[in-house]
Amino acid sequence: MVDLKIDVTGETCPVPLVELRKALRKVSPGEIVEVVGTHQASKKEIPMAVEALGSELVDVEEKDGVWKIKIRK
Amino acid sequence: MGDDIKKPDKSTIIVHSGDMDKIYSALIVSNGALSMGMEASIFFTFWGLQRLQTGGLEKGPLSKMHFLGLGKWMIKGRMKKANVASLERLLNDFRELGGKVIACEMTMEIMGIDKKDLNQDIIDEYGAVGTYVNEARDSKITLFI
Repeated sequence: MVDLKIDVTGETCPVPLVELRKALRKVSPGEIVEVVGTHQASKKEIPMAVEALGSELVDVEEKDGVWKIKIRK
Repeated sequence: MGDDIKKPDKSTIIVHSGDMDKIYSALIVSNGALSMGMEASIFFTFWGLQRLQTGGLEKGPLSKMHFLGLGKWMIKGRMKKANVASLERLLNDFRELGGKVIACEMTMEIMGIDKKDLNQDIIDEYGAVGTYVNEARDSKITLFI
């Protein structure tokens, strides 16, 4: 179901936000981007960016310090 | 009725300093703005211009506690440990997301920097104060770094 997966595990601010932005520019409206990462601040900030960009936050999950966020453009 | 298309919010930063940590701040904030859907431009003047020289991006000292390079070395060690992106990567990301790098022609003269000394691959525009004012007047985020 995921159209584009990006892995930013180990990356720190601002890389997760930047890579998310790049991914959302690549996909078409309606497609799903999945971001996987470890930076705790990004887990809060990615939903903020998703809202600012007018996209839809589909799901946020976390396990063992690794979060996974799904966004629909 | 007027024009219904809403222009994105803008961020304009003047980078007056050439210090490494300050360049990091400018690029992180600008990349953050771009990632959240804003437009961003960075106006390099005075000491900031030295960072635009060919090979000069990482050459700035720390703004404080530089300790003849020891402080900078220590901070770079911490950045490596935290896996902080390099200035080169941040600058490339900035431009890839549509950010603009503007070099101030007037302070180039004051600093004795010629166009040929600068890395043309990373500069989008040359301008003077009018360029800055035009960018800044409709920016929501304006900073002097």
